[in-house]
Amino acid sequence: MRNIWIICRRELSSYFTSPIAWLLLTMYSVIFGFIFWNFVGEFVKQGMEMEMMGQMQPMNINEQVIRPLLGTSSFLGLFVVPLISMRLFAEEKRNGTIELLATSPVRDIEIILGKWFAATVLYCWIILYASISFVFLFRFGNPDWKPMLITLLGVFLQGAALLAIGTFISTLTKNQIIAGALTFGACLLLWVFSWVSSYDSSTWAQVMSYMSVITHFDSFDRGVLSTKDAIYYLSVIFVGLFFTARSMESLRWRS
Amino acid sequence: MITVTDLTKRYARTTAVDHISFSVNKGDIVGFLGPNGAGKTTTMRMLTCFFPPTSGKATVAGFDVFDQSMEVRRRIGYLPEAPPLYLEMETIEYLRFVGRLKGLSGADLEKRVAYVCDRCAIADVKMKLLGKLSKGYRQRVGLAQAIIHNPDVLILDEPTAGLDPKQINETRDLIKSLAGDHTIILSTHILPEVEQTCERVIIINKGKLVATDSVQNLQARARGAESVLIEVAPRTGSLATPTVQQRLEKIAGVSRVQLKEERGPGSVFEVESDKGKLVRGDLARAIVEAGWDLNELRPSAMSLEEVFLQLTGSDTATTPEAPPAPAPPDTDAPAPEAKA
Repeated sequence: MRNIWIICRRELSSYFTSPIAWLLLTMYSVIFGFIFWNFVGEFVKQGMEMEMMGQMQPMNINEQVIRPLLGTSSFLGLFVVPLISMRLFAEEKRNGTIELLATSPVRDIEIILGKWFAATVLYCWIILYASISFVFLFRFGNPDWKPMLITLLGVFLQGAALLAIGTFISTLTKNQIIAGALTFGACLLLWVFSWVSSYDSSTWAQVMSYMSVITHFDSFDRGVLSTKDAIYYLSVIFVGLFFTARSMESLRWRS
Repeated sequence: MITVTDLTKRYARTTAVDHISFSVNKGDIVGFLGPNGAGKTTTMRMLTCFFPPTSGKATVAGFDVFDQSMEVRRRIGYLPEAPPLYLEMETIEYLRFVGRLKGLSGADLEKRVAYVCDRCAIADVKMKLLGKLSKGYRQRVGLAQAIIHNPDVLILDEPTAGLDPKQINETRDLIKSLAGDHTIILSTHILPEVEQTCERVIIINKGKLVATDSVQNLQARARGAESVLIEVAPRTGSLATPTVQQRLEKIAGVSRVQLKEERGPGSVFEVESDKGKLVRGDLARAIVEAGWDLNELRPSAMSLEEVFLQLTGSDTATTPEAPPAPAPPDTDAPAPEAKA
């Protein structure tokens, strides 16, 4: 446990001393802020139009602003994840620091968990940092915070799952660019798998659709905490980290 | 402290280390010598538990590197060929990280960090980013990292590679000063380094153990007799080399005189004498008394370099298709090394 924390802390400090973390925070906040502005602007315009036309249909800030925003969040995560995870092992392999870690009295699984945990913390930090915008909604409106938190949880879980896959991919190569590109490809593939169910209902299509990260985001998106979908993300995390451990072990036997 | 029995490492197609056995006593500095690609790094990586051996056994401080890997790792300090530095960290932050990783904490950690900074003379770069340090400093931070937890055994993979002559000397002195507290294995393909720093040598070539002995014994083994090179020149006219040769052969203790080279007026002879007999004074006197000039007199003792070439060279000749990955014994590598 102590070792996991030592490794995690070093990873985090390394994210923040190199420009990666700041870059991601800035870019994400700018993009998220822009989208926030768009959705809110649209919402306000609609409200005013309705008022002018005298219709008083109920408007829901959760449904019309927060939900699509967090949906976009989960989509933006696809781009953020590879940028966070690509360096985890690839950089250590390139710099030779992997030799320090692998010959220290630390178990492989502690190294892996420490790294993955650091990546997840950074990811959550980026999402939360951008989510500061929601404070305005609470200040000037009256949104329901419970479904919002559940959707946020979904965004985190999805990120953590993709990061576990990214961690695994990062152990495969010395080259960060390759690790990043492969992770991005994997993320995208797990995203588009959900499309297949719209025109095909065969078993294969169902399996593919089930594998997609986005299929399982639906319930979180609606503000429903579904154990089934949470378990899907947890099992992706488990499988990803399990493969990472195997990959590190094979690194030892082969290299 | 370290025992290695029949240690073997096979990769997919090559055998990098082939049944080598040796042992190292507590407090020794042992030079691990071999041309590039001989299997030095592979052996060291097995000793440091970076990867397991294919077969054979190695123990460090009584613990098996495979079965009791954690115990071994606690007792080993390892400096890989490229110092394992996180370039975006500050020196002190890095040393603290490694210290924690090796199980130190609190006041103990601070004490050790201060100690290694002092010992490796890196206190003045404590607050600098590792990426901004010069090669020499990086190497020293690498050493500091290796000794931070006061390990019983230090394993240094080519600790002086890529340094300038001054830095090489500093690093060697540092390593020698560490010898009292730690058992040290250092690998190198630079021979003067072994002659200067180590007490014992383990020579491997193409994954096989070629020799293991003390530095003196190895030199003596290859030498047998002492020989000196002398350059003799006439005062006037030209030199009759056969006369000189006859004159020199008469000196007691000289077993063989051979004309090596004629350069202008002077000629160079190699004079071999019986083991243990110092004939240099007699040689000088004889030459001067005969009316010639003695321009140069130097020992042509076989350096470890020649021993090494002899040992590894003959091996190359007998097993030309020996497996491990490549690199012909780089005969010219030691040449540019400053023999400080």
